[in-house]
Parts: sequence; structure tokens; C-alpha cells
Amino acid sequence: MLNLTINGRTHTVGDDVDPQTPLLWVLRDTLGLVGTKYGCGVGQCSACTVHLNGSPIQSCQVPASAAVGQPITTIEGLAAPGAPLTAVQQAWIEEDVAQCGYCQAGQIMRATALLARNPQPTDEDIDRDMAANICRCGTYTRIRKAIHSAAAKMRGGAA
Amino acid sequence: MSSVYLPEFMQRLEAQRAEEAAMLSRRGFIKLTGLAGGGLVLGVSLPGARRALAQPSGGTPFEANPYVQIDSTGRVVLFAKNPEVGQGVKTSLPLIVAEELDVDWLEVEVRQSEIDAARYGPQFAGGSLSIPMNYDTLRRAGATARAMLVAAAAKQWNVPAAELTTEAGAVRHAASNRRATYGELADIAATLPVPEPASVALKRKQDFRLLGKRVTGVDNAKLVRGEPLFGIDQRVPGMLYAAFAKAPAIGARAVSANLDHVRTLRGVKNAFIVAHQGDPLAFNPAGAAVLSGVAIVADSTWNALQAKKALDVRWDETQASKDSWKAAVAQAKSLATKAPAEVLGEAGNVEAAFASGKTVEGFYTYHYVAHADLEPQNCTAWFKGNSVEIWAPTQTPQNAVDAVAALLGLPKDKVRLHQLRGGGGFGRRLANDSVCEAALISKQAGGVPVKVQWTREDDMAFDYYRPGGFQALKAAVDNAGKLTAWQNHFITFTMDGKAPVSAATIDKTEFPANVLGTHRMAQSMIPSKIPTGPWRAPGSNVIAFCTQSFLHECAVAANRDYVDFLVDLMGEPRATSAGPFGAGLHTGRAANVIKAVAERARWGRQLPRGRGLGLAFHFSHQGHFAEVAEVSVDASKKVTVHKVWVVADIGPIVNLSSAENQCQGSVIDALSTAMGLKITFENGRAEQSNFHQYPIVRIDKAPEIDVHFLDTDYPPTGCGEPAFPPAAPAIANAIFAATGQRIRTLPFSEEGYSV
Repeated sequence: MLNLTINGRTHTVGDDVDPQTPLLWVLRDTLGLVGTKYGCGVGQCSACTVHLNGSPIQSCQVPASAAVGQPITTIEGLAAPGAPLTAVQQAWIEEDVAQCGYCQAGQIMRATALLARNPQPTDEDIDRDMAANICRCGTYTRIRKAIHSAAAKMRGGAA
Repeated sequence: MSSVYLPEFMQRLEAQRAEEAAMLSRRGFIKLTGLAGGGLVLGVSLPGARRALAQPSGGTPFEANPYVQIDSTGRVVLFAKNPEVGQGVKTSLPLIVAEELDVDWLEVEVRQSEIDAARYGPQFAGGSLSIPMNYDTLRRAGATARAMLVAAAAKQWNVPAAELTTEAGAVRHAASNRRATYGELADIAATLPVPEPASVALKRKQDFRLLGKRVTGVDNAKLVRGEPLFGIDQRVPGMLYAAFAKAPAIGARAVSANLDHVRTLRGVKNAFIVAHQGDPLAFNPAGAAVLSGVAIVADSTWNALQAKKALDVRWDETQASKDSWKAAVAQAKSLATKAPAEVLGEAGNVEAAFASGKTVEGFYTYHYVAHADLEPQNCTAWFKGNSVEIWAPTQTPQNAVDAVAALLGLPKDKVRLHQLRGGGGFGRRLANDSVCEAALISKQAGGVPVKVQWTREDDMAFDYYRPGGFQALKAAVDNAGKLTAWQNHFITFTMDGKAPVSAATIDKTEFPANVLGTHRMAQSMIPSKIPTGPWRAPGSNVIAFCTQSFLHECAVAANRDYVDFLVDLMGEPRATSAGPFGAGLHTGRAANVIKAVAERARWGRQLPRGRGLGLAFHFSHQGHFAEVAEVSVDASKKVTVHKVWVVADIGPIVNLSSAENQCQGSVIDALSTAMGLKITFENGRAEQSNFHQYPIVRIDKAPEIDVHFLDTDYPPTGCGEPAFPPAAPAIANAIFAATGQRIRTLPFSEEGYSV
């Protein structure tokens, strides 16, 4: 039995689930949090990015058992249902970043972690972090723009 | 284009046009059904509609109207008919209705429509056809609804309709300062006669409030919250998860497996062999076909995948592919030295032109590539004995219904398919192989709901690949530096020995044959069992690279500037003969985009050593596109693409944000594909398995991309594909400008370049 703290709530995962199951599949299949996406299963595409202790990780590479006792945030946890969106989520809508949208949860999670650490990233800072994530549709120019825009919003909000 | 894909869509297109013509000539085009407490229900009545267009549902809004639904509370629901796979049609199609309806876009609710050919005509995402096929129909749907709401206000206020205006979901009478919302008018409008559709005025372009503006995607608010939208997100009560193991050698058949052992593994509920059905190696969206394999049904995706790894299967490879890319290359090189097997088309005296001019020759090679949609193929199916329910992220939902009905021996009306958002399409989801698998596995598993989930490795190993191929090109230029003859020995693959495999053809009038008096298109074929199919801008995605690179070689041989050379080749402004997707290349529109992109990129400017500009033009999917790339290349052949300029003429733009996004994405897709993507085969097996061997470019390689649409009044055409083809040759020509080195292979990594 595993206790996972996800988006501020404790979820108990029963013994019927192999504790070695990657966090990705526990989120998606066991807990129904399907916002986190499967893209490659080998830590190449980062569509499965979530936050573990506030840091972006590839949830397809982390066994659920290794995440016990550490706060996990998924795309569903950035803004509670009905609550206002974060600056990053808003920027993603305003810049109309998505095409198919499949990778964007992972992109948003990594961008959110980047801005938490570096509130005013340069293009180079963005490229260094965000190069972990594949966007098959090629929305990279808008991802860059949305991160700058979210950063400006957050600085404005803090001021 | 493929032999299956194209004719089918064209037949449907023609059928739809005939239907539209019939509709316009009949009264009753728009059918209104008003019922107590319900409001206005507007349905575009197509001939042969199978059921009532609207049904009351206990005082709530009527459901299942083709495009527009308004209830008395003022809620406006617009229905998007075609699959959304990232090309933006779930936003752009309803946007067209909203423009003519004159509603506040932010108040509109957009829903994905049901699959129903009788009411919607063809529903698919392919050929960049959603906009050109639906633009007029959707404008009339919106305009007719608006006219009826105006008539309702005129009746209520007893004023002439001509004195009324509409804006943001309301009708106004300025003289008496009266205003009523569409919701307030819906019940009255529902009682009025239907105007003749041809009599309904459409807006003038200069009066558009929505079309041509930037509109964010209708699903964006859900996407950023991670709400379930995609095929893979589908959950059904009692659903099990299936993995399906197919043979490494494409087309091999499962004989036996350690099923008893696998059934004992954690979470496994069932495991069984699925027999080979139909012709799964041939691309056919409506084909009832399944590759043989072993299905494992489990209580979670992970348990199914773990059990799949424990499988030990005996495969019969008698009928499997033995294909080798290396052998194909050797054979193509040999064929290129011989007379072609057949001449597809010829005009003028090619030999005389070669004899009297300066000749140029080049042998071009392009590899197979995979679609690599980021959402691996998946489908959820629930076989219920006499019927089946399907949840699928497919680009061809109507064909999927056909395929499943044939596969399971059910009438088509017993196949209910829900179309779900696809995490990328690029042509991969035109095929319904995963849909067939899910339907069959649900049935063999005894009628439980099952989600079949492919791994990335499955997705890369079992694709309908963009076909590889070869072009042995020869051309002549005269003393004045003009192109005088063009010859293409097109070397492609065949499965049946008669025709090329899917998406591996070339038209005998392909540019520059359509603008040049003297040309020859010839073809030879190499036998192959590798499945192929449409991949974003099929045909064009490799033809443009060969043509525009080789034409640039000709310009260099003629010592001419490429822009001058290309514009000169276009000659007088004129339309060439129609192509597979409608109107053909127009030389005037072509020259306009070429000149415009040259101006925006400041073509001809001096650049430092190792840096260069390259230009390419291509016409496909009715779109005229010219692109310039600015690149630098270092001593180790590492390429940096600094900026790409795109200029397009696709007529009026529907959603500027989405159209720009498609162009930018196409350029980046083309950069990825040109620089490093390939699938090679040996002994019938794909040699690449996941992204570590298939380097999709990342954000750090993404150039700045400037997109500009010419403001023209030609009929609006699609944007998902035609920006792709010119990008690779523009980059290759820029590399030549920077280094003097000619690239004749896709991907460029084969010639030592990296990004």
C-alpha cells in the first residue's frame, strides 16, 4: 500500500498495484489524473512531466514507490477546479500556444518550475530547460513567447 | 497521393458538391423546429437525412443540429464537424458560422459533432480540405440563422427587416432604440418560414468581425488544466487495458505463444492470439484489416505492458517483409543508369534540348520517415454482441465506422463512434488500424470495454510510413540562362508490381512540367512490403525538396539569381491545369509569393562567410508558399537556422493565430525531418524504436519564423500542410549559399550535417 500526496491530497494506492509501476501510470490509470501524458516511456519526450518536491521530473521514469512522502503536483493541481489559472496557464491561452496540445501539460509543468526558480529567464535559459520537452507540432516559438509573457505577468503581480 | 486516399476523398468531395448544389436549389434547406420552451433549432437539412433533425428533450435545448443551436436562455452552441488533431478546425469551422451569425464568440459553446454523413457530409481531417470544403456551407448556415432571427424581431416589433441590424447575439432597431437577444427571439424565429438560402446575404469581407483575426483555440482552457480530451484519456466503467504485440518483421503472423504463463502474470485478465485479417500492409482507412499478433488484456496499462515483455511468440515469417533499405539504395542507383520502366508523360523534344543546352544532373534520395504523433496510437472499444461503441482519435471517423462494421460483420448503424481529440495527426490517424485492433480485441476478450494502447516502440515499428524514394533528375539551360528541358526518372516502391505504394506517386504534370514546354516524367519501381501512407503534404513533402534543390542547381549552372530564375520560369500570370485538390498552380500567385518573401527576407544582402540565404517555392493543397531560410554552417557541418520567412497566398484567412501557428509548426516539422529523421529497414524490421533514434528537434534549435499571408480574394484554402514542403529545400539552398556544398539526401544527417 502506498500513500501518495498529490495536489495537496493524500491518495492511497492499494496492494493490487505493483509499487514499481511508474508514477505516470498510477496517476493515469489508478487515480484517473489523465492530464499527465504518455509519449515515449523512456524519458525522452517529457510529456509526462510532473513536480516532485517542486522539481520537474519525468513521471514515466519514477516508480510510484519512490514518490511516497514527497509532494507531487500534476497539471490538474496548478489551479484548483474553478479557481483562477496561474500566470503560465493564462499565457498559454493568450498566446494560443497549442496545436494538438498533447505535450502542453508537460511543457506547462516544466515552464512553471523554471519560472519558480528563475523569474526572468532569457531565451537561452528557456531553451536550456525546455529542450527536455518535445513538441511534435513545433509550437516552440510560442512556448518561448508564453514563458516571457507569464514571467512579465508574475513580476507585475508581485510588484 | 496514395491510390486509396485520394480518389476516395475526391469522390466524397464531388458528392458533397452535388449535394450542396441540390440543397441550394431547393426550398427547405434550413429546417426549423420550434417546440414549447425550446427556442430556435436550426438544422441544415441534407437530402436523405436519416432521422429528425431536432428532438425535444424535456424543455432543455434541442440536440443534434448540424451546426447551430440556440435556446431561449440565449445559449448558442455551434458544432464542429471534423476531427481535431492539432490543425485547429474545432475553432476555425465554428468561427465561420459565428461570423455570419453575428454572435459574441466568447459566449458561444463549441461542441464536437456526432459522426453522421447524412447530416454533415464527409467528416475527416486530411488534404488540408476542412476549410475549402466547408467555408461556403458554414457561412450559409450562420447567415440563414441570422436572417431568421432578424425576421423574428421584425415580426415582433412590426418593422421592416431592412431597418434591423445585428451584433453580438442581438437584433437592434436603431430608429426605435429597441434590442432583443437571440435567445429572446429564438421561440418566435422557430415559427417562421425558412428563407431561400441563395437569397440570404453574406457579409462583405470588410465587415468581418471575427474572420482574419486572432482567436485562441476553443479547447485551450481545458488543455491548460489537463482535462480529459484525447483518445488516450478515455475511460469507460469496467474498462480493461490491452497491449498488442506484433511481429518485429512486418507482416509476420503469430503461430503460438506462452499464453498460459502470461495469463498468470500480475493483473493479466486474458491473453490470446489475434489472426491476420484483410490486408493491413496496404493503407486503407476503411479497410477491415489487422496485423496478426498477441493481445494481452490487463487491469492497467503497466501490467499489460509488463506482460507483453514476458511474451515468447513463435512467428511465421513466410509472408513477412524482407525489405532492406541498403539493398533498395543499391537497386535505385542501378536503375538510374538504365532506361526507365515506363514514361508517365512527355512533351517537346527533350533530347534536342539536352543536346543544345548546358545540362545538369543530380540523383536525389529521401528516406522513409515515421509520423511519430506524440500521442501513440490508441483506441477504446466496447463490443456488445449486436453493436460496438468506439472512442477513437481518428482523422477518418466515417471510414473507421466502415472498417469496424466490416471487420465485426455488423451493420454500420450498429457501430457508434465518438470522435476524440488526437494528439497529432500528420496523416497517421487517417489509418484506422488501432481502431480495428481495439474492436476485435474487445470482441475476442468476450465483450469487455478495452483500451488498446500502443507503446512508442509499437508506433514507430508499425506505421504507414512516408515512403522513401529516389529521383534521377536531368535538366538543360540555354545561353540566356533559361530552363529549356526537365526530366525526372522517378524511382519508387511497389507492393503489387503494378502501381506505386500509397503516397509514393508523382503526377506527370508536377512542377515544373506544368509551366515548361519540354519535359519527361518517367518511372521505375522496386518491390517492397513496407506499409506506406500519407504523411503531412504527401508527395509534396519530398518532391519539393528534389525539385527546388535541383532547380537551384540549374540556376547556379546558369549563373543566375534564384529569385529571377524562378519568377522567369513562372512566365505570364496564368492558371495551370487543375490538380488533385482543386485549382492548379497559378503562376502569377506563385511569382507574387516568391517576390514578397524575397523582399521580407531582404534577399540579396551581403552575409558573412559561412552564412547564407536560401529560397524555395512549392504549390500544394491549393496553397502557394515561398520560404527563405537564413542559416550558418560551421566547419564541422553543424547548421544553425537563424530565421525562416514564410509568405503564403491561401486566400482570406479564417483564424490568423491558428494559420500562423500551422506555418510555424510546419517549418519546425520540416527542419526536424530534413535534418535528422529517417526510418531504415533491414530484414523487414524498422531499425529505429524511440525518440533517442528519432531526433525530433527541440526548442533550442527552433528558429525565429516570420509568417505573412498575402491579402487576396481567391477562395480560402487549407493551411495544415502546404507550408511544410518549401522549408527543407530553402534550408538546403541556404546551406549551399553558405558553403558551396549541395545536399541531395533527406535527411541531411546522411551527408554529415547536424543541427
